[in-house]
Amino acid sequence: MATIHVDGKAYEVDGADNLLHACLSLGLDVPYFCWHPALGSVGACRQCAVKQYQDENDTRGRLVMSCMTPASDKTWISIDDEEAKAFRASVVEWLMINHPHDCPVCEEGGHCHLQDMTVMTGHNQRRYRFTKRTHQNQELGPFIAHEMNRCIACYRCVRYYNDYAGGTDLGVFGAHDNVYFGRVEDGVLESEFAGNLTEVCPTGVFTDKTHSERYTRKWDMQFAPSICHNCSAGCNISPGERYGEIRRVENRFNGDVNHYFLCDRGRFGYGFVNRKDRPRQPVMMLSGMKMGVDAALDQAAALLKGRTVIGIGSPRASLESNHALRELVGAENYYTGIAAQELANLQLICQVLETGPLPTPSMREIEAHDAVFVLGEDLTQTAARLALALRQAVKGKATEIAAAAKIPEWHQAAVQNVAQQARSPLFIASVSETRLDDVATQSVQAAPQDLARLGFAVAHAIDPSAPAVSGLEPEAAALAQRIADALLAGQRPLIVSGASLGSRDVIEAAANIAQALKNREKNASISLVVPEANSMGIAMLVADDQGDKSVDAALQALTSGRGDALLVLENDLYRRAPVAAVDAALAAAKIVIAADHQITETAKKAHLVLPVGSFAESDGTLVSQEGRAQRFFQVFDPSYYDSGNLVREGWRWLHALHATRQNQPVDWTQLDQVTEACAAAHPRLAGIRGAAPKADFRIRGMKLAREPHRYSGRTAMRANINVSEPRQPQDRDSAFAFSMEGYAGSAEDRQQIPFAWSPGWNSPQAWNKFQDEVGGHLRAGDPGVRLIEPTGERNTWFAVNPAFAPEKGQWQAVPLHHLFGSEETSARAAPIQARMPEPYVALNKAEADRLAVNEGARLTLSLDGQTLHLPLRILDDLPLGVIGLPVGLAGIPAVFADARVTDIQEAAQ
Amino acid sequence: MFKYIGEVLHGTYTQLRSLVMVFSHAFRKRDTLQYPEEPVYLPPRYRGRIVLTRDPDGEERCVACNLCAVACPVGCISLQKAETEDGRWYPEFFRINFSRCIFCGLCEEACPTTAIQLTPDFEMGEFQRQDLVYEKEDLLISGPGKNPDYNFYRVAGMAIAGKPKGAAQAEAEPINVKGLLP
Repeated sequence: MATIHVDGKAYEVDGADNLLHACLSLGLDVPYFCWHPALGSVGACRQCAVKQYQDENDTRGRLVMSCMTPASDKTWISIDDEEAKAFRASVVEWLMINHPHDCPVCEEGGHCHLQDMTVMTGHNQRRYRFTKRTHQNQELGPFIAHEMNRCIACYRCVRYYNDYAGGTDLGVFGAHDNVYFGRVEDGVLESEFAGNLTEVCPTGVFTDKTHSERYTRKWDMQFAPSICHNCSAGCNISPGERYGEIRRVENRFNGDVNHYFLCDRGRFGYGFVNRKDRPRQPVMMLSGMKMGVDAALDQAAALLKGRTVIGIGSPRASLESNHALRELVGAENYYTGIAAQELANLQLICQVLETGPLPTPSMREIEAHDAVFVLGEDLTQTAARLALALRQAVKGKATEIAAAAKIPEWHQAAVQNVAQQARSPLFIASVSETRLDDVATQSVQAAPQDLARLGFAVAHAIDPSAPAVSGLEPEAAALAQRIADALLAGQRPLIVSGASLGSRDVIEAAANIAQALKNREKNASISLVVPEANSMGIAMLVADDQGDKSVDAALQALTSGRGDALLVLENDLYRRAPVAAVDAALAAAKIVIAADHQITETAKKAHLVLPVGSFAESDGTLVSQEGRAQRFFQVFDPSYYDSGNLVREGWRWLHALHATRQNQPVDWTQLDQVTEACAAAHPRLAGIRGAAPKADFRIRGMKLAREPHRYSGRTAMRANINVSEPRQPQDRDSAFAFSMEGYAGSAEDRQQIPFAWSPGWNSPQAWNKFQDEVGGHLRAGDPGVRLIEPTGERNTWFAVNPAFAPEKGQWQAVPLHHLFGSEETSARAAPIQARMPEPYVALNKAEADRLAVNEGARLTLSLDGQTLHLPLRILDDLPLGVIGLPVGLAGIPAVFADARVTDIQEAAQ
Repeated sequence: MFKYIGEVLHGTYTQLRSLVMVFSHAFRKRDTLQYPEEPVYLPPRYRGRIVLTRDPDGEERCVACNLCAVACPVGCISLQKAETEDGRWYPEFFRINFSRCIFCGLCEEACPTTAIQLTPDFEMGEFQRQDLVYEKEDLLISGPGKNPDYNFYRVAGMAIAGKPKGAAQAEAEPINVKGLLP
């Protein structure tokens, strides 16, 4: 700790910080541009000047850049000094010289850091009379718009894009006041994290193109604290709504999870919520007849009367909805809707995390590990935000070198210089090249079985009591030894694996490594990635249930006649099981009711479709891959603009149907009641009660506002429907109000923050005002509750699997994941569709040569008896004997991990 | 005694003076207008019915920046931004609920393009309150109104069709980033 004196007042601060960081953490307003809590200081913009004095007797002082000055003990500074104020005002005036007269047509306007800082420094009159510098813009793809005239040359974009996110295709060109931030030529920004540029850029150079399509100012949107549903990472998001449409998704700060950044799937994949073809009323699919809520419930109850209903839940639905379905159909007839093999892997992951030797780190903690082994997971495609965290983890080495040279961590350019690309060890073993390979010490590609054997060999090399792998190639054995040595040399080793390959062996190998590290008494962690937003929650929900809870068992129950009606919750069975099996089951079921927010292939074949809310129209709880239960809240009430819109939460429909069937009154009228029921029924999930404040939570007696207090048009927005304004929608389920009335400030500590705003701070930089220390954690604690803490019991060793030995004329299908396309709901958003690859089949170059086929050739192949026609993509590093298929794309079978492929031929043209 | 008589005389005089003053009004010019037969003079800056104006080239001036809506103290303006093929922003719809409007003029003050203007017209009475909800087609006029010469896009840095980068007022030619000159 250190004492600094600011304008004569003494404050206790962390002496390792710089003055800017310290002042902002104290809540003092110092304007800045180039500094960012996650990017450190470079001292480029000169905006954060303050006056520093030698000691208390010094009256002259000197101007220093607060971001480049350590907050050492007995520092005397003045923010309010006249000379410092004049200096800052002239800096912002100079930055504004070339700024175009654009704010009314700029997407950044209203949440612009440059606007905030200009107001803060008091610059309000243009004195410069000469011409302004202009720049041509670039076309940067479907996600990001580029308007270079607005640039103030703070260099944040390239520091984020290149240094933080590891991108290579954004650079800075030119000299002096001509500098240009862009690509060498027009083209899509390659990084999967490019969307964060829209928040990192302090002005409107990089803006959200998907938002601009249907643009609304920040002050005009209604927000709610939400959780991204597009993968299992559990990033916190802040979706904004206007006129009944989600208009954008912005990052919501959670100091334990995603802190300042999201991936592009999470940021731009919201379009499915706004699709015109969503079901918005209950509809009988055959006749197309639409119904009201009561009629639909009566109809559904009549259809299901006297029948045994099989309920299929979903890992993309909330725990509450799944629990309501389980209550409706009974535990014995409830199935998870997850394919058998995947469910088995999920249960194994659950077991490894719950009873295993090592804890699972939060995403923020991942950044603090210094030796990482990624086994069988292409993180950038399956849980992208984790890949970004790993990029920070390997920088730990640079910080260490800098610390030895007495360079503080925040001194970004100096740290980078002294470290000279030094990185902590990161080893990646995957089936094909990954987007993290550029920072890996070594990456290796092999078939899943061989990856698992490498993992087992690493475990044995760490702890000889782990089972040895016989018959390993010397090269692989040497690599295993190298990985083991690196993990043992680290202070905090981390092993990352997951279920994306569908291989049990890989997870078992990761568990063995974890056990081996534990036996060597390392302070290690294990992180296991699961496929979908609530996969972990569903696995915990059915952990104590008897029998097979997979989708295959559910379909079997229907075809065998054990059940004669089917109720599917937010699930497309055609993405879970072979087409023939689903068709047979749907044909066998007398009645099929689908409750979904999209018209999926399954919903098309249902008799009755119930419209349930997507993440934007419902509340619920998800469990992330870390085991963190997090609540997402309804963003808007869709019936406010369209009284015919009968979208309701999944649990509300299912519970009402349950009550109708039982001829009982509805018990659950509030989210808290169903959360409580779910927590009470499943001891493992008891913690979800505390995942967020209950509906009766108030701050100074007020609900929390979903809208900024500047929210406009309240008496005009639905005046075209009726000039008499209705009462604002009431929210029974949460502590949030569908209104600007309520608490929206930063003075009181709170975890659940719909949007970041504080007086004078309209941009995302307003998160400063909610944090215990800038860039640290929320003052009220980060949202979410961890449900899984390992008991540390000694696991038994898992046995080594046999090596991969493809038979002649056969290939093994392996799943290749795509950030854009492999996830069901985001793939229904237009901007994501623009980035999705065409379906393909991937082969190694040598294999393609042997078959005498070229890139792009149309191949026919037989996959477990099913014939596929796909164009060939040659992937040089794909192992021999395997064939890669992109997960989730059109025309690709639902389940194919481990499947045998035969008869590859070039199709006749 | 004399003082008393003086007060009585003075009292009588003031009474009579008041009577004369009151009755003299019977012969004065009338302030009451025989509205509607007689039209009302409104000064040009009178704040009445709101219109949306066009720029000197006849294009819509409104760029859907939302500043009028946020400035409106009664929240009676709502609109939605859209973009034309040539890059101009415009309101897809623009709605003013005149049954809520208090004609304060803050929207006009906030407007950066002088698109929204208040006019000297208050004759907006309707039998149905619903008819006081004006949409864009009811608001948009064909001329520029006040500030007849102002065209936002000639000042703004954003390029639109027909006005590339560097063609706005006080703008230099775009930088050639790949040029070798210092």
